[in-house]
Amino acid sequence: MTDVSHSTAPAGPVPPGPAVKPSQDERLKEVSVLTKIMRRPELGALAGLVLVTIFFLSTADSSMFTLAGVMNILAPASQLGILAIAAALLMIGGEFDLSIGSMVAFAGLIFGSFLTLTGWPLLLAIAATFVVAALLGGLNGQLVIRTKLPSFIVTLAFLFILRGLSLVGLKWATGGSTQMRGIGESAGEGFVREIFSGNALESLFSWLAAHDIIGKFPNGMPTVTGVPVSIVWFVLFALVATWILLRTRAGNWIFAAGGDPNAARNSGVPVDRVKTGLFMLTACAAALVAVLTVLDAGSTDSRRGFQKEFEAIIAAVIGGCLLTGGYGSAIGAFFGAIIFGMVSIGLTYTRFDSDWFQVFLGAMLLLAVLFNNFIRRKVTGER
Amino acid sequence: MATNAPLIEIRSLVKHFGSVIALSGVSLSVHRGEVMCLLGDNGAGKSTLIKTLSGVHKPTSGDFLVEGQPVTFASPRDALDAGIATVYQDLAMIPLMSVTRNFFMGREPIKGVWPFRYVDFDHCDTVTREEMHKIGIDVRDPNQAVGTLSGGERQCVAIARAVYFGAKVLILDEPTSALGVAQTSMVLKYIHQVRQKGLGVIFITHNVRHAYAVGDRFTVLNRGKTLGTYTKSEIQIDELQNLMAGGKELQAVSEELGGMV
Repeated sequence: MTDVSHSTAPAGPVPPGPAVKPSQDERLKEVSVLTKIMRRPELGALAGLVLVTIFFLSTADSSMFTLAGVMNILAPASQLGILAIAAALLMIGGEFDLSIGSMVAFAGLIFGSFLTLTGWPLLLAIAATFVVAALLGGLNGQLVIRTKLPSFIVTLAFLFILRGLSLVGLKWATGGSTQMRGIGESAGEGFVREIFSGNALESLFSWLAAHDIIGKFPNGMPTVTGVPVSIVWFVLFALVATWILLRTRAGNWIFAAGGDPNAARNSGVPVDRVKTGLFMLTACAAALVAVLTVLDAGSTDSRRGFQKEFEAIIAAVIGGCLLTGGYGSAIGAFFGAIIFGMVSIGLTYTRFDSDWFQVFLGAMLLLAVLFNNFIRRKVTGER
Repeated sequence: MATNAPLIEIRSLVKHFGSVIALSGVSLSVHRGEVMCLLGDNGAGKSTLIKTLSGVHKPTSGDFLVEGQPVTFASPRDALDAGIATVYQDLAMIPLMSVTRNFFMGREPIKGVWPFRYVDFDHCDTVTREEMHKIGIDVRDPNQAVGTLSGGERQCVAIARAVYFGAKVLILDEPTSALGVAQTSMVLKYIHQVRQKGLGVIFITHNVRHAYAVGDRFTVLNRGKTLGTYTKSEIQIDELQNLMAGGKELQAVSEELGGMV
């Protein structure tokens, strides 16, 4: 290719019209399937998931991999996963948000207050919670962009500010307690409630139980009555985020903004807008988790979402995101969160002390970073 | 259309940054099918001039005409829309992204209805492969990361992108300064091709030989002023070198070292 003499554009083969299916250039080597797989950022997370599954298949009680056991794993994984996917998008866009854990608590407080103090209907309370979260996320983003400080510092400040505000606010709203009760009653019943709490696909599960496809109690009720809605949200969010990242203009802009903001700006990518949007997205993901968990528990407290920011970032890194931005995947964060859930819940099915979890966590993070760096060098031919 | 007005013409352009006078009266013009080399040593004001032409800075005073019409650009986007594309030395490509994604970055073609609008990346891959083929770069797979390409190839991809998206004037900011010999000749050859297509090229460099290899006219910039514009027939390579370095001292050093500097 450095042979300059043949680089005067050869006229043929005649480029096919855009409508016609392009004929493959015979000089192009078919890209091997292996290379294609290697190029996917989520490869490491998928491999990790397989390894962890094998580990638990061989050590854990067999009840872990029943339908009920899997739901047990996926429920906490889904809450973390929603945060992790948003964190992954933001990381690909080149920034961190350390305030998402605190944002869960703060959004929980806001949501609870709208329901119990002002007595708004559920839909309005949820919408208002998202608006507040989005504004705070936007504030995070604007601060990072305008001050040009690392997002690590700015959002670290908000980690404490929001956690503190949640504490103060809860005490103020409840008259001295750090827990706000009675949210479940104020929320009422109805269609909106069913979207954000309880189980989905209940009729399907009853039908499956009636036909003896899944386990049931003697009275005919299925042992697992449905899929917790948080899992549905988790899966949907992972699918939408993946589609955005890989198939849309916004996705290309996210990669570009994180890969090299200057180059992106020179090419006409509105980097600041992309980053602000991503900060708003992580805040809204935190608000979604707050709404889901608060409605499930019927109450909120100031420790909600504690340290979730780190877990979300770890899940995103296990999922193949580079800390430096510009590379990663949403589906990887999806797998990363499932690994998380599987290990944290799975250890209780084994004879191991469940406090090994943290050790595992650190080791997994280290391995993932090493693996990601190795893969990146392979993929980009960095020399 | 098709008047003889130059693609870009600037007359006594001045740019101040506070009390710093970065440009104090620069004039130059670029015509269709012409490579105009902008030469100058470090600090001569080349970067400021490029950034003014590409819409990053606004001139303090002076005329800025595009195809005979006076213009003022509020942002790089405006310049791009007017057909002025700038290829920066190392800020053109994102190594972690694929060739296709880089090629269409910021100008992704969109299909479908909102909110289901998407980018047809298969079509983009095809276009990228064809455009690369035209300039003789064998991209084995347009989905490979740009980081796997050589420096010269990256410059060529950046130029090809500008040409594909309808640039009339290309501003190339030291496209060869970080490249080896073979890579440089690849880029110079491609600049020549672009000229034959009828585009105007402003080629910024401080390497006189690279400039002389492809340039039609040469404008020398020194301390924020144009020292003059010369056609290739008017000036020899060593005269150009001396002019650019500000005259005699370099000549003396050169003789002392017994040859070319």
